[in-house]
Amino acid sequence: MDTLTSTGTAPLGPLLRRITGDEKHGPSAHSTLDVLWVLYDRVLRVTPQTVDDPDRDRFLLSKGHGPAAYYAVLAAKGFIPEDWLDDLAGPGSRLGHHPDRRLVPGVEIGSGSLGHGLGLGVGTALGLRAQGRTDPRVYVLLGDAELDEGSNHEAIAYAGATGLDTVTAIVVDNASATHGWPGGIAARFTVNGWTGETVDGRDHTALSAALTGHRPGRPHVVVARVESKG
Amino acid sequence: MTAVRTTFVNTASDLLDADPRTALVLADISASAFAPAARRHPDRVLNVGIREQLMIGVAGGLALTGLRPIVHSYATFLVDRAYEQIKLDLGHQDVGAVLVSVGASYDGSRSGRTHMSPGDVALLDSLGDDWRVHVPGHPDEVPPLLRAAVRDDDRVYLRLTERRNGVAYPDADRLRVVRRGRAGAPVVVAVGPTLDATLAATRGRDVTVAYTHTPRPFDTAGLRALAGTEVVLVEPYLAGTSAAVAGRALADVPHRLLALGVGATDLRRYGDPTDHERWHGLDAAGLRRSIDAFLD
Repeated sequence: MDTLTSTGTAPLGPLLRRITGDEKHGPSAHSTLDVLWVLYDRVLRVTPQTVDDPDRDRFLLSKGHGPAAYYAVLAAKGFIPEDWLDDLAGPGSRLGHHPDRRLVPGVEIGSGSLGHGLGLGVGTALGLRAQGRTDPRVYVLLGDAELDEGSNHEAIAYAGATGLDTVTAIVVDNASATHGWPGGIAARFTVNGWTGETVDGRDHTALSAALTGHRPGRPHVVVARVESKG
Repeated sequence: MTAVRTTFVNTASDLLDADPRTALVLADISASAFAPAARRHPDRVLNVGIREQLMIGVAGGLALTGLRPIVHSYATFLVDRAYEQIKLDLGHQDVGAVLVSVGASYDGSRSGRTHMSPGDVALLDSLGDDWRVHVPGHPDEVPPLLRAAVRDDDRVYLRLTERRNGVAYPDADRLRVVRRGRAGAPVVVAVGPTLDATLAATRGRDVTVAYTHTPRPFDTAGLRALAGTEVVLVEPYLAGTSAAVAGRALADVPHRLLALGVGATDLRRYGDPTDHERWHGLDAAGLRRSIDAFLD
């Protein structure tokens, strides 16, 4: 996989092209591609062999729309066979327009309805802590428009207040929230006690540094800015 | 604090002491009662504040890591408000939890409609996720139900109410005959705290009265074994909630079914729970009127 790293996400192109029928969420699928690649290539301590290891890192795709990039990365890393990509959302397919954890190895949660991943991620972090598993981190990927859902703000406030420092939220910001976020997205988190970084969502070096930039005692958010959805 | 809530708090606290897999998620309701347990188990007694969506999301996350969450609030906040979280964060993730509610249909009648949840069991029915539903009619039925629920991994709803019968029947997970009529007599099924009023309402009539604290899964085999032609359901939540399951159970048997319970209309009235029981026709006199009209 070093080849893929050194050449960026270009080799994912053929995998993405195999995923047909995802036109509806195409732009948002593209927005997450670099973040997902950096996560699975450089950050997450999980492999196809450790998808059931209780001490694995967890990646929760909260923004379940447009999972083509997610499926392409899972295929590139060997979590799922490449030929699963050929029949997206078909009657016999395990891959739908929103992922289902019961159908796809390596997928931690079924998502699609917005605003569920961060609460599940907070609960996952609390469950690991209660069992003395302090090593695994819990990464939750959201969209900037998804932040409209109030459930996220319940989770942001609680995780910040309790210093749940094994959680990293990643907000892919393609400026698609209808009313925007005046003052910035990271501020919604940092005012509640999180640490936050805002980076270019296409810059792998910056993403990698931000995604590992958490500090003890506080949850961490990475806002990954990408081109506007338009 | 009422007897049934005290029983719940004591039993849940014991379970937290005894079983490291057990966790408790609160949204401020009953938090002070659980303060001693929280001091002993700070990582497993989690009060998220007044955040019911998060409460269920956290429960789903805990279950994903192998813990057994008990989740507790008023029925209307726990089930009605967090309905989609229950559907997706528990059911769709295929993880379990034990939801324990207080307030029921109108325990909080003086607080008004905002604190009433007559539709909670019907909401869980709509999910089709194999929810087990317990509606104990006496505080002594609560501990064994909660202990059994925590041992398991499935989705359980334990609906607590301050309304209660005089006698506890902890073994009534299936239809338990409390008064037996002659062969072929009408059968009246009383769920949870409706039993005493049902017994009073049918005194002097040749009917079989059967009780259960576990309407889901409904004891369809027991109903088929007991039922003659006439069947009456008396439920302490939305009228007709179990009509579909009873109808399916008796689909190939000629029968008439009367489903009594809480009316669907917001009465916009306060008063005591006994007032609401009367207004919904669930007191002994009201039940007698309905049952007499159906059978005579």
